[in-house]
Amino acid sequence: MKNGRKATMKQMLASYRRSPSSLMLRILVILAAATTAFVLLTIIGYIVMRGIPHINAGLFAWEYTTENVSMMPAVINTITMTALALALAVPIGIFSAIYLVEYARRGNRLVSLVRITAETLSGIPSIVYGLFGFLLFAISLGWGLTFLGGALTLAVMILPLVMRTTEEALIAVPDMYREGSFGLGAGKLRTVFQIVLPAAIPGILAGVILSIGRIVGETAALIFSAGTIAGVPSSLMDSGRTLSVHMYALLSEGLYMDEAYATAVVLLLLVVVINTLSAVVARAFSRR
Amino acid sequence: MKSFRENFMKAIFLSAACTSIAAVALICYFMFSSGLPTIARIGPAEFLLGRSWKPLNDLFGIFPMIIGSLWVTAGAMVVGVPVGLLTAVFLARFCPSRLYRMLKPAVELLAGIPSIVYGFFGLVVIVPILQELLGTNGKGIITASILLGIMILPTIIGVAEAAIRAVPESYYEGALALGATHERSVFTTVLPAAKSGILAAVILGVGRAIGETMAVIMVAGNQAVVPGSLTSGVRTMTANIVLEMGYATDLHRDALIATAVVLFAFILIINLSFSLIKRRMK
Repeated sequence: MKNGRKATMKQMLASYRRSPSSLMLRILVILAAATTAFVLLTIIGYIVMRGIPHINAGLFAWEYTTENVSMMPAVINTITMTALALALAVPIGIFSAIYLVEYARRGNRLVSLVRITAETLSGIPSIVYGLFGFLLFAISLGWGLTFLGGALTLAVMILPLVMRTTEEALIAVPDMYREGSFGLGAGKLRTVFQIVLPAAIPGILAGVILSIGRIVGETAALIFSAGTIAGVPSSLMDSGRTLSVHMYALLSEGLYMDEAYATAVVLLLLVVVINTLSAVVARAFSRR
Repeated sequence: MKSFRENFMKAIFLSAACTSIAAVALICYFMFSSGLPTIARIGPAEFLLGRSWKPLNDLFGIFPMIIGSLWVTAGAMVVGVPVGLLTAVFLARFCPSRLYRMLKPAVELLAGIPSIVYGFFGLVVIVPILQELLGTNGKGIITASILLGIMILPTIIGVAEAAIRAVPESYYEGALALGATHERSVFTTVLPAAKSGILAAVILGVGRAIGETMAVIMVAGNQAVVPGSLTSGVRTMTANIVLEMGYATDLHRDALIATAVVLFAFILIINLSFSLIKRRMK
């Protein structure tokens, strides 16, 4: 296929007759890829087909009651939770990536420590984050289950993702940009903020959008940090549930299968939009 | 003045970089300081190897949950690794570029689907199918393995594809020039050269599978006993925490946190071996 190596059908058949194991391997590989695609289509197709009939106006009422089981408060909570967690994690993530790429010297021991800990953070399961948030914010600081505690927990969770994508975006900025800026007499700080960062913005943005996806889909880390109260909290120190937690609550109560279907459709839709956005932004980046 | 601002901002960048170190230190501190005393109080052997989990009778043995997590993770590997690796091979070496532009976003979408939606899908689709096929209630090791196997696909595909692409083109061309077919060249020269990256992909998949919570809860059955067969229900360590944390108090709650510490220790070991392999790749 590659490098213009196009064989005719006849040649291919001949070579497969000589080595039937190659044909087997090819079939296996194609089968595996087809399975992956099939699984995705089944999940999306099934949930959308079964879920759409259950979507009705009551599900988007402003107030949650046990009759309408509205997901609207959860949607609002998801948006505020995302904004809050991003506001906490994105500046720190970008700043630490700036340090790693622009300031730290090669072979710096601190840098490898930061890398190892960031890798560790990205491997920690969300339930452990949830318990950590519970122990630190709800118990030790005595807040109880709060929206702010949930946002702080999620901020720690997405920090490595923001860091890594920003790092990659900064590294991809050609060195001549920096040299040009220094050559014109700009200082380090000015170069970073006015030359390097603007050039890296699409890459950073793609990472931020991926983080939004993780926040929207998160359940286990939020149950024990932000709680499962089904309304919009009146302050950051109250409990409130996001859409994913809302769906978990519906399923564990066991009475609301239809509403769970509808919530699943909305969640899937959100994820599709987020992924498309991220891909579009990333493509704009690679075209530069 | 200018150099003050430069140094000031540098200090800010530096302290931002230290945040992740502080975060890991804090997480380790809070998990271990609340979990280890509990394990000591219950007795390490009794906690880790005890076969009965009966909080009402003050029996806190998480052996069934450890076994449950291991079974389910192993099952997820059996389901997910072959499909994931072969799909990665397809994406890197067999896929026409037009198809690639559709398949790659599809894999990324698979990674973006929330775990609660996966769990829901397992509950309403996979469980009824297995009910028919096996004649059980449909929840158990097999169901959880299939669902987790699907969930770790994007992780395995992503890392393995990158590893396969990183193999120098000359390996492949050399094999072709010696008369091997495209398939043989890929499977006998490119894949062996990418083996540490592929191993890293599998380890990362293990980490994802063992830490998964919300999806497993929906389909594993959650009985806190050592499973007798592949079709019997299991409870994983993660499920144990979520199921009981809501109402647990005192020693019961501490025992759940201690369960998370055991899980955390597993994850740290997995992470460590992942980093070691990644170092070796370079």
